[in-house]
Amino acid sequence: MADASFNPKIIGFMCNWCSYAGADLCGVSRYQYPPNLRVARVMCSTRIPPHIVMRVLAEGADGVMLGGCHLGDCHYISGNYFTVKRFDLMKKLIQAAGLEPGRIRLEWVSASEGEKFSKVVTSFTNEIKALGPTPVKSNPQIKKNLLAAEKAAKNFRLTALTSKEYVIETKGNVYGKKTDEATLKALVERTADEEYERALILTLTVDKSQSVKDLAGAMNVPTDRVLEHIVELRKNNLIAMEHGHGLTPTYKAIIIGGE
Amino acid sequence: MATDVTNEAPRVGVFVCFCGSNIGGTVDVKSVAEYAKTLPGVAYATSNLYTCAEDGLQNIKSAIKENKLNRVVVASCTPRTHAPLFQATCEEAGLNKYLFTFVNLREHCSWVHMKEKEAATQKAKDLVRMGVARAKLLSPQEEPRIPVEKSALVIGGGVAGMTAALSLAKMGFPVHIVEKEKELGGFVRNLNNLYVTTRDAMETIRPLINQVTSNPKIKVYLSSKVSDVYGYVGNFDIKIKTGDQEVKTKVGAIVVATGAIEYTKDSLYGYNVYKNVITLTEFELMCKAKTLPKVQRVAFIQCAGSRGQDKSYCSRICCNVAIKNAINIAENYGNMLGQSQELGKAIQEVPVEQKAPTEVLERRRRRRGRGEGDEGVADEAKFGPGESIEVTIFNRDIMSYGLDHELTFNKAREKRVRFVRYIAEHRPEVIMKGDQLTIKYFHETLKVEREMPVDLVILSTPLVSPPDQEQLSKMLKVPIGQDGFFLEAHVKLRPVDFATDGIYVCGTAKGPADITEAIDQAEGAASRAAIPLMKGYVQAEAIMAKVDQDVCSGCGTCIEVCPYGAIVKNDKGLAEVIAAACKGCGCCGASCPEGAITMTNYSDIQLVSEVLAALKEAI
Repeated sequence: MADASFNPKIIGFMCNWCSYAGADLCGVSRYQYPPNLRVARVMCSTRIPPHIVMRVLAEGADGVMLGGCHLGDCHYISGNYFTVKRFDLMKKLIQAAGLEPGRIRLEWVSASEGEKFSKVVTSFTNEIKALGPTPVKSNPQIKKNLLAAEKAAKNFRLTALTSKEYVIETKGNVYGKKTDEATLKALVERTADEEYERALILTLTVDKSQSVKDLAGAMNVPTDRVLEHIVELRKNNLIAMEHGHGLTPTYKAIIIGGE
Repeated sequence: MATDVTNEAPRVGVFVCFCGSNIGGTVDVKSVAEYAKTLPGVAYATSNLYTCAEDGLQNIKSAIKENKLNRVVVASCTPRTHAPLFQATCEEAGLNKYLFTFVNLREHCSWVHMKEKEAATQKAKDLVRMGVARAKLLSPQEEPRIPVEKSALVIGGGVAGMTAALSLAKMGFPVHIVEKEKELGGFVRNLNNLYVTTRDAMETIRPLINQVTSNPKIKVYLSSKVSDVYGYVGNFDIKIKTGDQEVKTKVGAIVVATGAIEYTKDSLYGYNVYKNVITLTEFELMCKAKTLPKVQRVAFIQCAGSRGQDKSYCSRICCNVAIKNAINIAENYGNMLGQSQELGKAIQEVPVEQKAPTEVLERRRRRRGRGEGDEGVADEAKFGPGESIEVTIFNRDIMSYGLDHELTFNKAREKRVRFVRYIAEHRPEVIMKGDQLTIKYFHETLKVEREMPVDLVILSTPLVSPPDQEQLSKMLKVPIGQDGFFLEAHVKLRPVDFATDGIYVCGTAKGPADITEAIDQAEGAASRAAIPLMKGYVQAEAIMAKVDQDVCSGCGTCIEVCPYGAIVKNDKGLAEVIAAACKGCGCCGASCPEGAITMTNYSDIQLVSEVLAALKEAI
C-alpha cells in the first residue's frame, strides 16, 4: 500500500522538440510538480529502444516516462509512430517479467503545453506512489526477468519486427504488401512471448545447468514449449546439452566473450 | 585548434549556476557544487552567480586551461536556449563543443519545486551526477558542412511577407513569395485607413506592392499555395501549387508570414442575428465600399470574444482600431456615407501628430477650469444633441499602446466619444427592444443597470489564426501555441525564429500586431533568414547515425524506417549513412536488429549511464 515516506525515482526520456520544451515552458510558467522525475534529453522519443527501458527498470527505477510530440507533429516526421510500437512492446515485456504495466508511461506533450507537463508528471508520480517501490529490490527474480526482457528486446527478430511494424502497416513491406494492425500486433506479441521465454531460459542457465522440467517449473511454462525453445536455441548455438544428472539431459547457456 | 582528448582520462569541470535567485533561491547551489567535487572524474567544480555572464564564461575558459579539463558540465538553465553559448565558450578554450553537457537546474528543478527546497537540492545533485556520468563518455565530433541554396521562400503576401521578401531580395537573394489570394496586400486589403494617416490603406502600402512586383529577384505566385515542404535548413525542396500547375523549387530558408483573420461567431452580441451588428473589419470594408447605413448612434464593444470570452488573449490592436474609427465617425460620418470624394478629410486638416499635444494641454486647462480652448467650443457646437452622431466605446480598459495612440485616445475624448467601462463578470448584452437595437449594460462607475438604444453595433473581435494554419504547421514541422498562433523558438530571445533551423516567422501569424510591428518583425525575420544564405553553408549538428560496418548484416531495417532516406546500401551491401541528410532522430539506432548503429552524442551507453546514475543512492 502507499507509504508516505516512499520517494519514488522516476526516469524520464523527453524529446528535445516537444516534451523537453514543454517541460521548459512548465518551468517558465512556474507550474509545480513532485520532485521525483529525472529527465534525460533525447532528440526524439523514437531514439529509446525497449531494451534501455528494461535495463533501467531492472536497475531499480520505480517508473519510466517517455515523452514525445503529439502524433502528426513529430519533428522528425514519423518518429513517434515508431515510439508507439516500441512502447507496446515495452508494456508486453514488463508484464511478462511480472512488473506492473503502470510503471511505464508514454505521453505526448507539445512545446506549448507547460501546464500539461506538470499535470502528467504529477499524476504519474501519484500512480507510482500508489504502486509502491519497485519489486526489483525485494524480489531478485523480477530483476532477472527484466534482464531477460532486456535481452529479448535486443533480439534480432523482435527488434526488426517492432521497428518495421509501422512501415508494414502504412507503406507495406518491400513487396508493397500491407498487413493490418491487428495481425501485426498479434504477431509481435507472439514473438515477444517466445523471445522473452528464450531469453529467460538463457538467463536461468547461465550459472547452473538445468533440465527442461526445472526450467518449466521456474518459468511456469509447459515443458513441451520449453523444449521447443531449447531446440531453437541449440540450432543457434546459444545453449549446450549436458548429461550431469543421470538420464535427464540438462542445458547450459553458451557464453561467448562475456559481459 | 581543438586538442584531442579521446585517449585522456576524463577530467570533468562542473559549473553550477545560481542564476541570481532563480536557481539559488530554491536550490542550495554551493552544496551542489561541493557535492560535484566528490564525484569520480570531476577535476573541478564551482558555482557562479551567472554562468552565462562574461565573468562566468571567463571562469569556464580559465578553469579548462588551468585544470586541464577535457569535459565541461554547466548546471544552469535550458540547453534549448543556452547550449550554443557554452559550447562556443568551450571551443574558445580549445575544447570540442561535443565535450560539453548541459544540466537543467532551472526550468526542470528550481522553478518547478519552489516550495521543496531540500528535495530540489537533492534532485539538483542527482541531475549533476547524471550530467557528469554522461560527460565522461562524450567524445569530440566533427560537424559536417552542408552547402546552402541561396534563395528564400516567403509564405504570405501581406505587409509582413512583402517586407521580408523585399529585404531579402535587396540583399541579393532570389525570393519566391506565395500568396493564396489573387492580389498582394494581405489583411490591409480589408482596411479603410491606417491610424494616423487618412489615406486609403491600400494606397498607403501601394509603393511596397509596386517594389515587390517590380523587383526582378522576387517571383510572386498569386492564388497559390505551398503544397509540400521537404528538407532542412539550406536545402528545402518546395512544391507550390499555382492554378493547375505544380512548381518545384529549392530554397535555403523559409519565412512564414501567413497572417491572421478576424474572429467571428454567430450570436456573439447578436452577430448574424440582428442586422447592424457588425465587426470592426466589416465596418472598415463598408467604409471602403461606401455602404455604411445612415445612423445616429454607434456603439463599439471591445474585447468581444477575447480576453476570456472565447479566446483567452488580448488582441492588442482593437483598442487603437476602434478609436481610429470612432474618430472617423465623430468627425466625418456624413462624408463616409459616400458624399465625399476623399475619405477622412477632417482628420487630414488637423493631423493628429501635430495637433494632439496642444489639444492635450487645452484639455488639461479646461479640466482645471482655466482658459477656454477654441476647439472645445467648436466641438460642442458641432456635436450638439440631435445634430450629429453619438459614438460610445464599451471597454474593459483601453490599451492604446504606442506613442501616437495615447494621443489619439485623448483626441477621441475631445471629440466626445464616450468610453463606458464594463468588467468581465458584467459583459454588456445586445438585445432587441421592440424594433430598437439596444445595449443593456452595467455601468461600472454608477453601479446601475442601464440601457442604450443604438443603431449600429461594431464588435471588436480578436485576430485569430487562419483555418489552414494547422496544415502548414504540420508541413513545416513548426509548433502552434496555445492561442493558435505560430510559436517562436523563444518568446524573448528568439522572437522571429522557429525552433527548427532555417524557418522564421513574422507578422500576425505569430500573434496580433499592427503594421509597424509586422514590418519590424519582417525585417528581423529577413535578416535572420539571411544568416545561412549569406554564409553559404550550414554546419549540421554532429548528432547522427553511424553504422559499424563490422556488425551490420545488411538487413535493411534502418533503410526502411529512416524518414529522410538518409541511409543507403553501399557496394558491400551494408548500410551507410549520408551525413548531410541525417537529422539525428535515432529511429534507425533504436531499430537496428544487430545493434550496429550508434547515435553520436546520444549513444546507448551514454544514455544508459546517464539514467543509471540517477538511480544510485545519493551520498
